[in-house]
Amino acid sequence: MKVAVLKGGSSLERQVSLHSGARVEDALAALGHEVIPIDADGGLVRRLRGERPDVAFIALHGPGGEDGTPQELLEILGIPYTGPGVASCIRCMDKVLAKHLMREAGIPTPDWVAFNSTAFRGLGAADALEEIEDRLGFPLVIKPAAQGSALGVRFAGSRDDVPEALVSAFSYDDRVLLERHVAGRELAVSLLDGEPLPIVEIRPREEDRFNYEARYEIGRTDYLCPADLADDVATSVRDAASRTYEALGCAGFARVDLMLDAEGRPEVLEANAIPGLTDTSLLPMAADASGLPFEQLVSRIIELALERRGVSAVPSS
Amino acid sequence: MRRLVIVAVLRHTSPMPEPQDRAAETGPSQAHRRSHQTARDLERYADLFAQRTRVMRSSAMRDLMAITARPEIISLAGGLPDTSTFPPETFAAQMTRIAQESAAEALQYGPTEGFAETKAAIRDVMEAEGMHPDDEDIIVTTGGQQALDLVAKTLVDPGDVVICEGPTYPGAVPVFCSYEAETHQVSMDDEGMRVDELESLMDRLGAEGRKPKFIYSVPSFQNPAGVTLSLERRRRLVELARTREVLLVEDSPYGLLRYEGEPQVPLYQLDGGDYVIYVGTLSKILSPGIRLGWAVAPPPVMEKIALGKQATDLCTSTLAQYFAVEYFAEGRWRSYVDSLCDIYRSRRDAMLDALERHFPQQASWTRPAGGLFVWATLPDYIDTSDLLAKALRENVAFVPGAAAYVDGRQGSNAMRLNFSGSGEDEIREGIRRIGAVVDEQVALYETITAEHTIPAASAEARGSGADVLPLRRSRPSKS
Repeated sequence: MKVAVLKGGSSLERQVSLHSGARVEDALAALGHEVIPIDADGGLVRRLRGERPDVAFIALHGPGGEDGTPQELLEILGIPYTGPGVASCIRCMDKVLAKHLMREAGIPTPDWVAFNSTAFRGLGAADALEEIEDRLGFPLVIKPAAQGSALGVRFAGSRDDVPEALVSAFSYDDRVLLERHVAGRELAVSLLDGEPLPIVEIRPREEDRFNYEARYEIGRTDYLCPADLADDVATSVRDAASRTYEALGCAGFARVDLMLDAEGRPEVLEANAIPGLTDTSLLPMAADASGLPFEQLVSRIIELALERRGVSAVPSS
Repeated sequence: MRRLVIVAVLRHTSPMPEPQDRAAETGPSQAHRRSHQTARDLERYADLFAQRTRVMRSSAMRDLMAITARPEIISLAGGLPDTSTFPPETFAAQMTRIAQESAAEALQYGPTEGFAETKAAIRDVMEAEGMHPDDEDIIVTTGGQQALDLVAKTLVDPGDVVICEGPTYPGAVPVFCSYEAETHQVSMDDEGMRVDELESLMDRLGAEGRKPKFIYSVPSFQNPAGVTLSLERRRRLVELARTREVLLVEDSPYGLLRYEGEPQVPLYQLDGGDYVIYVGTLSKILSPGIRLGWAVAPPPVMEKIALGKQATDLCTSTLAQYFAVEYFAEGRWRSYVDSLCDIYRSRRDAMLDALERHFPQQASWTRPAGGLFVWATLPDYIDTSDLLAKALRENVAFVPGAAAYVDGRQGSNAMRLNFSGSGEDEIREGIRRIGAVVDEQVALYETITAEHTIPAASAEARGSGADVLPLRRSRPSKS
């Protein structure tokens, strides 16, 4: 089968995407597929038209990759693609929209307030900051609405930290959210075709928080998979993740990031439409723990993409 | 197979924020085919890594810098000299002569310390700055970077103290880190390193019974700060090294790239070579691609450095040395350096003009008399790593200041701007775009804080000892 691997692009997560893409290409080649690596740039549509792949594997991360943009183009070209569809990508990429949908579905997610920069420039939102701070309490988390990989995420320990953190977050997106900080254990649940894979717990070794750098470096963070959780806690975590997957209309796969608070209650932070597939990524780790090695994971993801389009999986040549 | 994995991981975490390996990233996947790994495999590798890899710094910045290689981006982030004016005919003639006259030798191994002819060329360069080293004190290295690495390899045990400038050359940070040095940084002003601060730091260390192994400095047209160490401080620094018996590592890649004023006397010359290790390079006056640098060190130190080099790569590229020797034999190297100075002077002027025009009044920047870089400082509430993300959307890039600090935390409101690698129009446009994103952030901050400060009434409350919120830094609003 001819599989185009879309990777790179111009988002800030380009490097991570190149690593995800390279790894997927290796697996596809080992499975006997014809691999067409494509760096997603201005020539993307032309390349896809020329190559006419049977399916596109989207290994793009961040805005311009998992926000529905390439998905929309692939819909127009009639090429089946991996992962969630356009609408679901839009819902996941926009953390604010995702949180509203979770709230509506009764899924626990930390309290938040979101603004765009116009609210500050034109509507005097700064006047409301104190009320917001009082309501959410400190420390609070300030982050851009649309950015993966923890880029631009700041913790504000006190009021004095807030303006600077807002300026930082606004560097990545025109909309930011202020969110109540949940102290506790950091968990990630990857789902494949809606089924939760073993839960991963993320334990940073050195830094006090899970930052961008530790996330992609071996040896900087400890991952426990499956996470050591009491049965009832694990069930409620999986349940929250499944409901999030459903509420956001995900398909194929997704990863849901949660915090487990001191009382053992899960709070969902966000869902990632195209989770990382690098050597240190959590979806491959969880799949592996469930007995699905990377090649088989990739193979299954392709099958799901074809099924969704009503194309039956052609045995590889 | 395992080795490939480790190489891949290290490449990803390589900390030099210089964007040059786009081809390597996007090349055909067949070129670096490796079988898939499971999480368990990776855990196994993680246990194999040496302790020192734990302190090798990597960064989000590195990933951001990779994006700056996109062709539509005006990159003021590099440190690249302009190699476009080197005459191709000269290049061709030299290589032809080497092929015709010395093919076998040029393709052979050479001595670890380098060829005598290469050293003669190096002496020419050093004499142009008033230094007269002995041949046997010189070792030819694979770029100045290797010289720096070998010096650290020779002198630093884990936990040893190294002192450098703050900010320091970003490429020195991973070197000190990989030998697990405890690096201290001494701040700088318009006259370069604050030697008084250095002295009190050494006093403090001395009180704990500790002494630095060496002090690292780029005294002329420092990378990244663009400032030059004054003569008075040079004398004090050398004096300090002699009385306290500490080595000084003088890294001087830009000494001959002076665009105005009189040359400063090198530390090596002031000291006579007893306590100064001099590190030089042909990268900025001929070509970084030939990877030729050198170190000059006192004989006992040199002996160890040579042993270290033997272990690292046996010898510096013979072909590159032949090329350099041919080039210097032609005798026109000074005029080529002069032509580079003319180009860079105009580019520096274009950058300084553009900064004046487009950067807000809250920003300040250095005015280098030579070298390749301007260091700009923004209001302290702007984090330049985040600002870079915004700048990249406007297709312009710079190096965030944190790259020049070992702890990666200081310098967060500063940036390094390179003026040697872009044309004047590009520089003007690049600075205009950066100025625009800075303006936006300044205005946003002012909006947030101006509305958000406690009104005058709260002063009363404070007086009464009531529960009061801390005052924010407030800035006058523009509007």
